[in-house]
Amino acid sequence: MSAVLDPIQTSPYSATLTDVASLANITKRYANGVIALDNVSLTLRRGEIVALLGPNGAGKSTAVKLLMGLSAPTNGTVRIFNADPRHTATRLRTGVMLQVGKAPEMLRVREHINIFRGYYPDPMPYEDLVRAAGLEGIESRMFGQLSGGQKQRVLFALALAGDPDLIFLDEPTVGLDIESRRGMWTEIRSLAARGKTVLLTTHYLEEADALAHRIIVINKGRVICEGTPAEVKSLGAASTGASTSRTLKIIRCVTDLPTPTLLSIPGVTTAELTAGITVISSTEPERTLREMLALDQNLHSLEVASPALEDAFLALTSNS
Amino acid sequence: MSATTLTLPSVNRRSSLRILLNEMRYEVIRSLRTKAFSLSAIGFPIMFYCLFGLIMNRNENMSAGVSVAKYLLGSYAVFGSLGAAIFGIGIGVAMDRNAGWLELKQASPMPPLAYVLSKCTMAVVFSIIIVSALTVLGITLGHVSLTFAEFAHIALFAAVGAVPFSCLGLAMAFLAPAASAGGIANMIYLPMSFLSGLWMPLRFLPHILQTIAPIFPTYHLAQLMYAALGAPSLGSTVSHWLSLLGFTLVMLGVTWLAFRRLEQNS
Repeated sequence: MSAVLDPIQTSPYSATLTDVASLANITKRYANGVIALDNVSLTLRRGEIVALLGPNGAGKSTAVKLLMGLSAPTNGTVRIFNADPRHTATRLRTGVMLQVGKAPEMLRVREHINIFRGYYPDPMPYEDLVRAAGLEGIESRMFGQLSGGQKQRVLFALALAGDPDLIFLDEPTVGLDIESRRGMWTEIRSLAARGKTVLLTTHYLEEADALAHRIIVINKGRVICEGTPAEVKSLGAASTGASTSRTLKIIRCVTDLPTPTLLSIPGVTTAELTAGITVISSTEPERTLREMLALDQNLHSLEVASPALEDAFLALTSNS
Repeated sequence: MSATTLTLPSVNRRSSLRILLNEMRYEVIRSLRTKAFSLSAIGFPIMFYCLFGLIMNRNENMSAGVSVAKYLLGSYAVFGSLGAAIFGIGIGVAMDRNAGWLELKQASPMPPLAYVLSKCTMAVVFSIIIVSALTVLGITLGHVSLTFAEFAHIALFAAVGAVPFSCLGLAMAFLAPAASAGGIANMIYLPMSFLSGLWMPLRFLPHILQTIAPIFPTYHLAQLMYAALGAPSLGSTVSHWLSLLGFTLVMLGVTWLAFRRLEQNS
């Protein structure tokens, strides 16, 4: 089951260009027989931030490597800007940020940036790049002298160096402090606002929730879920046995009401008592609350929240 | 931009050349700045030359009237060139691969050849630095008399000889697991140098080792050096250049295969 986002509304002239990248019926089998991707299809469109989620070994890195042109599929086609990403020329419009253990340490920050800017015919102006990645003040430092967070920001700058239209970010905010993380999020959002496309892989689900227009969940080489963060959360809750795609809310409180009673209240899909706290999920939270508050005058410590993406993710990936 | 055509920027030859020169320039700068590498790559051959050529064997001559100090200029120029390639490229590229840096470069629009050529250039530059440093020491401290033509020859040979060694380094980098790269580097560097007669002339080694020496590129480059210095050498010039060329092609082939295998398995 998938809930696919409508194409982003763009100007009439570029209406046919909304598909920026695609994997079409991709199967990737490695020499040792492992099937990393099994008939996977996904599309990336202009101006959207897509988060690719999945447990380790799910096939995320394989999918991203195919899109980056670092490997070839066993079956199916990969397209970026309607061309094969394995050609160097196609990558003139892409930027990549990978988790790099060690970059050349005896090159200065500005030297790294200028090397990468030199790969592109129309790179981003140096000052804009420094500002976008938050590298003011450390441009003359050797890469090896930087802190972990500063190194991350340099790698981010390298991804943006060519003013690319398609950007791959692999765990971009690992090791960043809150301020730098928020700064990077702001920059990523502005990339999308300018019509660029961002494919993000992250284990930090709050990041996917905060940034992504669309989330694609992969497990064991297959796409198991696709949609906006809200849709994915609902689908996650739905896959635990609850009803389909209505927006779910989680209600936490301390109450004497027994579980069977709670389950009979309209809208309630699950009810659990753990360590004195009752956790209820409901598709009609207001109606459920009215009933509960009427039934139990001593109900207290009430919290109503959206389902956590983490819980949805765990539910989705454990079921498939 | 019309609705039906997507234009990708084109990669023209001039920008590829510019990227290559940039890559080469920064690789040389970077490796010279890495003191741990540059000081040992240049220092080791200097150290051995001073020990075996200038301090021991002082005022001794080889059979053709060439002093030992002059003869060993050739030996340690080859030794230094090999070291720069094995440690700079063999270990350096293995580390880049292991850290994911190589992958980042591959995912960028950088032409892959630019990376390879920049590493090769680094080995060539170091080779020239080493042979020049040895020559200065030999002339000033070892009373070596060297014509400019002789120096030009050995400098050129050292620079060109860095190419087969660089290909050896590349093959190492793609075959050896990164954690053992250091150990493998030493296991190649020291035996190959010794068995090619760089430390003790071949005629002092057991006969069996003398017969296997020609499989090493260092043997061939050393013979070319000795001939250029007017010292006794074995084999013809052409055979040595052909051997070096053959070695280079074999190493490039091995590198290519190792690279493809990695690509298919990851």
